[in-house]
Amino acid sequence: MTVRIDTALALHLGLIALLLALHFAAPDYHHANLAKIMVLAVYAMGYNIAYGYTGLLSLGHALFFAAGLYGAAMAITVGGVPAGPALIAGMAAGGIVAAAVGLLALRTTGVAFMIVTLMFAQAGYLTILYLGQWTRGDEGIVIAQGLRHIGALDLTDEGPRYLAALALFTAGLLVNLWLVRSPFGRVMVAMRENEDRARMLGYNPFQVKLVALAISGLYAGAAGAAYAVMFGYVGASLASVQYSILPLLWVLLGGAGTVAGPFLGVLVMFYLIYYAGTLTSATLLVVGVALVALVLFAPKGILGAVRERLLKWLP
Amino acid sequence: MAALSLLEARGLTRHFGGLKAVDGVDFDLAQGEIHALIGPNGAGKTTFVGLLSGRIPAQAGRIRFAGRDITRLPAHQRVRCGIAYTFQITQVFSRLTVFDNVALAVQGRGVAKRLARETRAALMRVGMHDHADQVAGTLSYGHQRLLEIAMGLALHPKLLILDEPTQGLANAEIDAFKRLVEGLAPDATVLLIEHNMGVVMDLAHRITVLNFGQVLATGTPGEIRANRAVQAAYLGG
Repeated sequence: MTVRIDTALALHLGLIALLLALHFAAPDYHHANLAKIMVLAVYAMGYNIAYGYTGLLSLGHALFFAAGLYGAAMAITVGGVPAGPALIAGMAAGGIVAAAVGLLALRTTGVAFMIVTLMFAQAGYLTILYLGQWTRGDEGIVIAQGLRHIGALDLTDEGPRYLAALALFTAGLLVNLWLVRSPFGRVMVAMRENEDRARMLGYNPFQVKLVALAISGLYAGAAGAAYAVMFGYVGASLASVQYSILPLLWVLLGGAGTVAGPFLGVLVMFYLIYYAGTLTSATLLVVGVALVALVLFAPKGILGAVRERLLKWLP
Repeated sequence: MAALSLLEARGLTRHFGGLKAVDGVDFDLAQGEIHALIGPNGAGKTTFVGLLSGRIPAQAGRIRFAGRDITRLPAHQRVRCGIAYTFQITQVFSRLTVFDNVALAVQGRGVAKRLARETRAALMRVGMHDHADQVAGTLSYGHQRLLEIAMGLALHPKLLILDEPTQGLANAEIDAFKRLVEGLAPDATVLLIEHNMGVVMDLAHRITVLNFGQVLATGTPGEIRANRAVQAAYLGG
């Protein structure tokens, strides 16, 4: 048992070490991509906590991501808060919005839950456009370069930005690993597997799912806030339905219910679109074919298939 | 009854449309007894224990458990009060390991430090400690039934409700099961829905017979055997 736990931890620390090594080794272009991929991977990890582990198929996570984006950006531009506290504000906004939505949406399950979360996210998207006076609507908010630094760390500079993204990713990955191997992680999985049975072991499904969704929202919020501060732009398009579907695709691609799967999903999807773009202008066609192939040959995603065949202990 | 009452139900009622599944049932469980619930198919046995465990809300009537009115308590809180229910159709978490299945039952009692030890002890009790790392869905049917019972036991319930626990078990497994249940009383009270009359007559201290959602008779195995109404309705006498 102990040997196993160490292996899993070592494997995930290895991934972090590899990303640190790439900070020095990766060519500029890929270096910049990886920073973005790591931030989006935190968003995907959050989605995975809700969907992959707890079985909550949400189509409204863009709302929580947007809460992070706007929470951080508006704290800076409207509230005049420094970038560091703004990151915390964005993360908290994601968690609070997710908990508030959960209080209502978790009264439903299955398809109804998908529709209710989708509607909440669409309402959020339209609200952002409606409140253009503060959110600047479609045009979006550009955060001035001078405001995008935490202490001495200038996040407009490629190097520090990569390291900040890696720090966020590291924290997200390790907390995720700890969470899913904790007793509460086991209860989350029990809700996914058989809610009725879990209830008869004394767990309140509503409460467990609400906590899981709030944690998921904290992740989405943290990723959104980091995205705003690191890349300096926040727009309504980032709150659109596309950003609810993307984390689902990332997680399915990388492997739902695996800790490193979301990162792998974002990575593969990003470079799939990139390389498809060098071959043809119909990039989405290539992505579509790849997704069909995934469903046919590895319905549990990349790491899901690896776990099934090789590493059964993979968390 | 001289013995302390653990559970008392009064006028418990649940209708499904025109079907009177449970119809004004009065029912008492004494502390530490093994009580069997029998009756023909469709007599309302599973619905009745569903009302006791909270899986199905009662339309009328009252339930007191360990001195407390639990009629309006949701199922998960009744579990925490000490009522454990094992499912008629085996509902283990089939994609989780045997260990995780039982650990889920154990950890809810707040035993963080002793989780692994208590989980193994619960498995040991049903003789399944060698299967701890196996995925539950790959177990034989008999082992899944035992796992289900281990999960119930791991909750350390005051009342363990077993819904047709021997269904589909081989004779040797049934004997082991009987010894297991005998060992539970008098620490825990057991309410058993059972079709196997051999098991009922051997194990039960008292028997309640349900028919058409109503209590037909309650008594010792000897009294039930001699009861003419029961013979007519159930034993085919």
